[in-house]
Amino acid sequence: MPAVAETLETVRDVTQGTYKWGFETEIEQEVIPKGLDEDVVRLISAKKQEPEWLLEWRLKAFRAWQSMTEPTWAAVKYPPIDYQDAHYYAAPKAKADGPKSLEEVDPELLRTYEKLGIPLKEQERLAGVAVDAVFDSVSVATTFKDKLAEVGVIFCSFSEAVREHPELVKRWLGTVVPYGDNFFAALNSAVFSDGSFVYIPKGVRCPMELSTYFRINAKNTGQFERTLIVAEEGSYVSYLEGCTAPMRDENQLHAAVVELIALDEATIKYSTVQNWYPGDAEGKGGIYNFVTKRGACRGRKSKISWTQVETGSAITWKYPSCILQGEGSVGEFYSVAITNNFQQADTGTKMIHLGPNTRSTIVSKGISAGHGQNTYRGLVRIMPRAKNARNFTQCDSLLIGDQCGAHTVPYIESRNPTAKVEHEATTSRIAEDQLFYCRSRGLTEEEAVGLIVNGFAREVLKELPMEFAVEAQKLLAISLEGSVG
Amino acid sequence: MLKIEGLRAAVEGKEVLKGIDLEVPAGEVHAIMGPNGSGKSTLGYVLSGREGYEVTDGTVTFRGEDLLAKEPEERAIAGLFLAFQYPVELPGVGNANFLRQALNSIRRARGESELDAMQFLKLVRGKVKALGMSDEMLKRYVNVGFSGGEKKRNEILQMAVLEPAFCILDETDSGLDIDALRIVADGVNALRSPERGMLVITHYQRLLEYIVPDRVHVLLDGRIVRSGGPDLALELEEKGYGELQAAA
Repeated sequence: MPAVAETLETVRDVTQGTYKWGFETEIEQEVIPKGLDEDVVRLISAKKQEPEWLLEWRLKAFRAWQSMTEPTWAAVKYPPIDYQDAHYYAAPKAKADGPKSLEEVDPELLRTYEKLGIPLKEQERLAGVAVDAVFDSVSVATTFKDKLAEVGVIFCSFSEAVREHPELVKRWLGTVVPYGDNFFAALNSAVFSDGSFVYIPKGVRCPMELSTYFRINAKNTGQFERTLIVAEEGSYVSYLEGCTAPMRDENQLHAAVVELIALDEATIKYSTVQNWYPGDAEGKGGIYNFVTKRGACRGRKSKISWTQVETGSAITWKYPSCILQGEGSVGEFYSVAITNNFQQADTGTKMIHLGPNTRSTIVSKGISAGHGQNTYRGLVRIMPRAKNARNFTQCDSLLIGDQCGAHTVPYIESRNPTAKVEHEATTSRIAEDQLFYCRSRGLTEEEAVGLIVNGFAREVLKELPMEFAVEAQKLLAISLEGSVG
Repeated sequence: MLKIEGLRAAVEGKEVLKGIDLEVPAGEVHAIMGPNGSGKSTLGYVLSGREGYEVTDGTVTFRGEDLLAKEPEERAIAGLFLAFQYPVELPGVGNANFLRQALNSIRRARGESELDAMQFLKLVRGKVKALGMSDEMLKRYVNVGFSGGEKKRNEILQMAVLEPAFCILDETDSGLDIDALRIVADGVNALRSPERGMLVITHYQRLLEYIVPDRVHVLLDGRIVRSGGPDLALELEEKGYGELQAAA
């Protein structure tokens, strides 16, 4: 297919240096020495002036982590990670008790977020979206807090939640992803530095989109944030996270944990646009993204919907999952994952059907280009009580060029004879005739590839909140230019 | 407007066009007729620049410029349009969105202002109506699940929206019933103008009853063996290609 080869050529040319979020912010940082032991865990907890129970929880997690080994079942290859060769806490230097308002935030930080397209000054913000900005280990600002408080919605950094709402944090922390859940979750539980906390009271429909923007800046630093979202009975919230990092030759570790809890008839819509630095065209550098995301549909008719657009990271290891406990609860997973150059992604979901009449939908779109390797790994488990459970899985792969790979690994376990589980999978290439058809109508090769790939991902992109769908479409096209073909 | 001289082209190393000379002035409609395998579709692809169709000799001048030096999208921008024999499906790509991107890409390249969604919809709705199509077709994905007739009409719609200076219609009549054929032909005839040239590639004379050409050329084994007026098509219909083949 000469046309495709040429496209790849073009893409390769354009690709170099297309990661436009790769700049570094010059700011005075407080960084603790490299290495990880109990003292480091204690130091992090002390820096955050945490209560004793949280320190104990961290230490239990740390001890659990020490007894665990890194999982090796994922279809990703990377050299051994030296966990002692990283800093576990980095924060912009600020007044001892942190900024009280945006006026107190270091202007350099505000400029950073502006450059990233996220002006934090509320009056400049897109109306209807509240933002929590996490810079390395700490949250630097949260917008629209007061307005949200009027309806009883709590949206703040995790540290603030520990200080201001300890009873809520204590009640829900670790109830979906226990501290010893897996190697990376245990590491996160021991050293997590900040993240976002959301609480939607009974019957409240959150009046605006909530979003967290994660930025890794410091060198040789891991980022370990935790997000906890609790939606009480009959409430609704839509939450979006975005991520970027500077371009660096060294790999950096990101191990986050997200826990969602939806009670009776509550709905949580969780969207991710993940654009961590993917490494360069030769596969040097990039973020190792090992993330545990899980939602529990505790209440009847509750619903959790995950939508993810994964374009960044050198390695992605994540399986946003739903535990469908409440009767008639619903789990959804919509995913687009692009791997370009030497990126590797092993991603998918787990749908655990516990309650009767539970339903789940999985739509996964993998796009591989360059030397990229893309694996969908998904588990659908129907437990004995899950009478009439339903699952539908659709899993499509698109290949660009002949150096990349796409793999589909579904696991289906049904222990209830009334359950229905459907799985469909396809693999295709961008066809030469599609490219020629578009070009003969006046579109350039790049425009044609962007159009075709966005068409391929349509079913997932339409699940994103309006405000972000356009951004995501552009991001796909850019990742293709610079990463696919 | 379009001038082809001594054009030779090969597909996968096999020579398919063996020296074509043809000139289509602005305002004229020329038909290329010929049996299967004579090189008709190859000529369409060579003119629009498809990969894998290798020009080995000859020149093509389009509006005074060297057509063969251009990329496919540059040819479209220069005003060339190929209505495909088998229009390609683009899953997930909305028909209206595709058309608007194509139109704006061409307008941008020509230094014209781009149309916003409202302006475009207004323009396209008029064209859709004229072609006896429904607005609903604009919302569907490009050619996905379209019937044979719908696909061909969609090609004519694209042509009507892009308003190219020169249209090549590759077997636009194939797979059409008589009603669909009439609608497609009406669409094509509506685009006939003193400024526009057309090359209608067809196997059968039937289409030429509706789109009456100024000249008819018979393509046999990669060469034009006869040229004449519209009557030539009728003669071929009667006698078939056999006699010409024997003579050639």
